[in-house]
Amino acid sequence: MSGSPKTSTASPAGERAAWNPPSLGLGPWSVRLAPRTVLVVTALAALTFCAAIVAISVGEFNVPIGDVMTAVFGQSTPVAELIVNKLRAPRVVTGIAVGAAFGLSGAIFQSLTRNPLGSPDFIGFTSGAATGGIVAVIFGGTAWQIAGGSMLGCIACAVAIYVLSARGGGVQGYRLVLVGIGTSALLVAANNYLLTRANLWESASAAAWLTGSLGGRTWEHALPMLATLAVLIPACAALSRPMRMMELGDDSARAVGVRVEPVRGAAIAAGVLLCGAATATAGPIVFVALAAPQLARRLTGSAGVVLTASALTGALLVTLSDLAAQRLLDPVQLPVGVMTGALGGLYLLYLLRKDPR
Amino acid sequence: MRLSGAGLTLAYDNRLVASDLSVEIPDGSFTVIIGPNACGKSTLLRALARMLKPKAGTVHLDGQLITSLPTKEVARRLGLLPQSAVVPDGITVADLVGRGRYPHQRLMRQWSSADAAAVASAMAATDVTDLAERRVDELSGGQRQRAWLAMALAQETPILLLDEPTTFLDISHQIEVLDLCADLHEEGRTLVAVLHDLNQACRYATHLIAMRDGRIVAEGDPMEIVTPGLVEEVFEVRCEVIPDPQTGTPMIVPEARTRARATARFS
Repeated sequence: MSGSPKTSTASPAGERAAWNPPSLGLGPWSVRLAPRTVLVVTALAALTFCAAIVAISVGEFNVPIGDVMTAVFGQSTPVAELIVNKLRAPRVVTGIAVGAAFGLSGAIFQSLTRNPLGSPDFIGFTSGAATGGIVAVIFGGTAWQIAGGSMLGCIACAVAIYVLSARGGGVQGYRLVLVGIGTSALLVAANNYLLTRANLWESASAAAWLTGSLGGRTWEHALPMLATLAVLIPACAALSRPMRMMELGDDSARAVGVRVEPVRGAAIAAGVLLCGAATATAGPIVFVALAAPQLARRLTGSAGVVLTASALTGALLVTLSDLAAQRLLDPVQLPVGVMTGALGGLYLLYLLRKDPR
Repeated sequence: MRLSGAGLTLAYDNRLVASDLSVEIPDGSFTVIIGPNACGKSTLLRALARMLKPKAGTVHLDGQLITSLPTKEVARRLGLLPQSAVVPDGITVADLVGRGRYPHQRLMRQWSSADAAAVASAMAATDVTDLAERRVDELSGGQRQRAWLAMALAQETPILLLDEPTTFLDISHQIEVLDLCADLHEEGRTLVAVLHDLNQACRYATHLIAMRDGRIVAEGDPMEIVTPGLVEEVFEVRCEVIPDPQTGTPMIVPEARTRARATARFS
């Protein structure tokens, strides 16, 4: 063998294995844990819980926090129980569930498109859901029909964007974003046209829905949303590992044994259903899906998709925004979407100032 | 023969790259594929790595059709350093290298001591242990390529395919990466790399495959097959082939268009 080169000098294969990440094992279970992520997730969960209790406690009629706790477990005065369990708790639970769904959906799409702007707000899914919702409002639909209309609108819009951006058997991230932004612009125009065609009452009702609101939400809204999460969160958990690999590029993911196309299909389906269900429940609450994953990523200091932290950040954002929207200009009650829009706009400007890219 | 392709017809959409191409990768070799731009060398590598589905023909890994094996099983035997990799914002070297363990993990068993050991030894082999907590997007090109190599090494595959591992690197980083590849080969891995530099290919390869227009023009030990005739046939470049003063392997010196003028000036 004359062609074998011997140009290397050092043999670097020595095992100076000082590096070892913390991990948690229990029998056949083991996960790798970043201490900071665990800390952030715990803190977010605790903050969301506290914010929820405060949101239930304060209002036109203040219920002391101790009474909130007892009312939740069903041993309180009838008045406190009515306010807590019938009026405020469903609204707060709906907000948490919707926020988590938007956060998850945003994390999924930002990971798939490898682009922070690839969130459902920007790529048209929310506008599609809005179109479906407005059509239902104009035809005088019931709450359930409005929800169904926006879910259908979201799915139809996602299918259209997927088909339009698919090229050669695969969907490229930046194409999805560009096609989505175009579609979104079209749908916003269509939504505005529909509003001008509607009569005053329908138009006002549709506009209220369009800003995204948690006002008047009952357990009838909260429970279907919670059920959706119960089904889709395990799906997202299973998808998160292959999705992390796909952030390194499709080839890198395939090279380590990820079946890229089925994973992407399943992730898109999960993301669309989450976004559709959340929009159907509370209207298109803007910027949560965009901001929650970015905030979660910065808080945990990790690269790429962080599903748990994104969901909790979304839940916290919506809970706090709704609390602020109700109390800030009291007695004027703002829809939560106004608050998230304002916060999100500020946040986006801050990001653009900070990252010159 | 662990890895081979037979009767491959390769195409992107409707653009035909190669037809009826057959190739065998000798076990334990450092095989280097060379050829002009768009000759199909990267396409062939992608087909061998199951990145590209052949329109016709088959790729076999360990005597089985590569498409019949679960893709994670393939990933435990065959690694690939692709050309088009994306660096997620803020990812650290340790995180990147750790992701190479994916084919060895399951949903319920996400991190084991075997994973930690593989990551540590991959980082030591590529000399990136000191960079473990650094962000990949802050590294130099050479360090970054070593980090990617570490990820592929953490996969612990006996066969490693490298798609243009030295492109975009300056000469010192090219040598650094190729020396590392030579070390990996000497430890017993089978390496297949697509390279652009003919002289580097001759230095490092134990088996050279020269391609043009989607077919293999010649293959074998570079000492035996690299001649001025082959270089002209493959690259349309007239040249001299002299022994590399360092290694004795063939070295290509292209014929100079301006030779007469230079001679006139200095004589």
